Amino acid sequence: MTLREDFREILRLVRPGARVLDVGCGEGELLELLTREKRVDGQGLEISQAGVAACLAKGLAVVQGDGDRDLDYFPTQSFDYAVLSKTLQQMREPAHVLAELLRIADQAVVSLPNFGHWRMRWALVTTGRMPETRALPDPWWSTPNIHLCTLRDFTELCRELDLRIDACSALSNGKPARPIDPEHPLENWRSETALFLLSRRNAAPRAPAPVDLFGEAAPGPAEAPKRRRTSKA
Amino acid sequence: MTEAAASAAPDIHGGTMRFPAAKALRLDSGARLAPLEIAYNTYGRLNADRSNAVLVCHALTGDQHLASVHPTTGKPGWWSRMVGPGKPLDPERHFIICSNVIGGCMGSTGPASIDPKTGQPYGLSFPVITIADMVRAQAMLVEALGVETLFAVIGGSMGGMQVLQWAADYPEKLFSAICIAGAPRHSAQNIAFHEVGRQAIMADPDWRGGGYERAGVRPEKGLAVARMAAHITYLSEAALQRKFGRELQRDGLSWGFDADFQVESYLRHQGASFVDRFDANSYLYITRAMDYFDLAAKHGGALTEAFAKARRVRFCVLSFSSDWLYPTAESREVVRALNAAGCRASFAEIESDKGHDAFLLDEPQLDATLRGFLGAQAQARGLA
Repeated sequence: MTLREDFREILRLVRPGARVLDVGCGEGELLELLTREKRVDGQGLEISQAGVAACLAKGLAVVQGDGDRDLDYFPTQSFDYAVLSKTLQQMREPAHVLAELLRIADQAVVSLPNFGHWRMRWALVTTGRMPETRALPDPWWSTPNIHLCTLRDFTELCRELDLRIDACSALSNGKPARPIDPEHPLENWRSETALFLLSRRNAAPRAPAPVDLFGEAAPGPAEAPKRRRTSKA
Repeated sequence: MTEAAASAAPDIHGGTMRFPAAKALRLDSGARLAPLEIAYNTYGRLNADRSNAVLVCHALTGDQHLASVHPTTGKPGWWSRMVGPGKPLDPERHFIICSNVIGGCMGSTGPASIDPKTGQPYGLSFPVITIADMVRAQAMLVEALGVETLFAVIGGSMGGMQVLQWAADYPEKLFSAICIAGAPRHSAQNIAFHEVGRQAIMADPDWRGGGYERAGVRPEKGLAVARMAAHITYLSEAALQRKFGRELQRDGLSWGFDADFQVESYLRHQGASFVDRFDANSYLYITRAMDYFDLAAKHGGALTEAFAKARRVRFCVLSFSSDWLYPTAESREVVRALNAAGCRASFAEIESDKGHDAFLLDEPQLDATLRGFLGAQAQARGLA
């Protein structure tokens, strides 16, 4: 079975036996994988009935609900990881969702398509139309991706929300994940999809550090805790 | 009928558990019920580890005849479609217990039972009971059957309320809990419909202030009307429309008050057949118990607190999209409280146009969901 590239990265990243909340878990492929390979205690949140039914049939714990609204009801720091796989850009309030993920969990694993990728820019400049690429194949009028952003947009939002980027890697069709500095301007051109490991800036770095998994650590200076909703996404 | 069913399937057992007067049932009202009798059926066998017991909690007018022929109506048990070899609840794998709630009229102590003080049926001197009282009695039964922990407790409608009450009162005895089409409390609308039913019964001259048994009569008309009104609430508008529309019983209108419309005839039949198998006073007591149900109220108004000790219980909460009696929003409230309490919970709203009664009907997605959930729990429990 070929694994989705981001799933492979998440699988590498998650500690065995951890409590994992998968927001927008679909039919539970990732949770099933994590349960099988890492014996995680998994919980899914999924909006579609078909997805929920598939999860339940697989014996996964899943709540039918809306990531935009229902995260508010999960208790603070009740999970080790919250996973949001290629879904943030489909949320009505991405900033709120991001802040909630890191209220609920110690760390968030968030993957998202980079709208700053050169293919996007090239398509926009040359055709003057909304890009349709392999990472974002839908036409503008039917895309579920209503809040697209570039790497630079995202790292700036993390800063605004007082989130620390513990690690980041670029994913690209079929190629092995590549550890990157998401704030490097070049990466905003060449990374098609990025996967972030985030934590609260005021939280202590976790052990084992993600150094060995991503090849680099991005320690941030501890700052006073601050959480607020930002209207700019 | 029961004997025939029992001989065909030797693992079906029915009986009445009698608790001596010394083991009285303590009631929420402060009263004590003794001697206590609980009528129950079991399906399958308790395994050596005593880890495969499933308690099924019945709804308002259900009984212990979960999957065996009903002695009065001769019809299959009310959840036969869910219980049996190869079905989600499988007597070959589970030891399934279903008991008649206290206050009921199928053998458990209720208003038609003999009051030891008077030697007459209790009638209205039977104490008012609650969902928690029903659950306390079930806990006594389960213990008497030699079961320490239940692999699952499962129920729909009032049965779902009992499931939630189990989680609040006996979380240490539960491995998993399945609440179908339930609610954490009775709403004003729920209470209102019940009040219509009770008033219909009490308006029947044959009710005799609850003392009809002594007079040798039965308030059949009142009970039938109560059932008719309630039955409408169990169906969705779409289901009623699809089933009956404006279809007539015969050609043309009667220009009178006969049952011209098929839906009228259907409801009359529902009412008339109900009185053969149900006791009017039981109907009053059980509807009252449901009306009094408010799980949060007992925990300082916070539903989350009710589940604070149930973190190890694995929950599955299910609702039906067209259920307007116990709508999805009620189940969602339960799920949010479970999440907030840190419980492991699954929740799905099953798409159905059959209304509240969908949990009793052919809903393949309900079967698939229960099968998936119970299968996963069995694996976690080491049963699979």
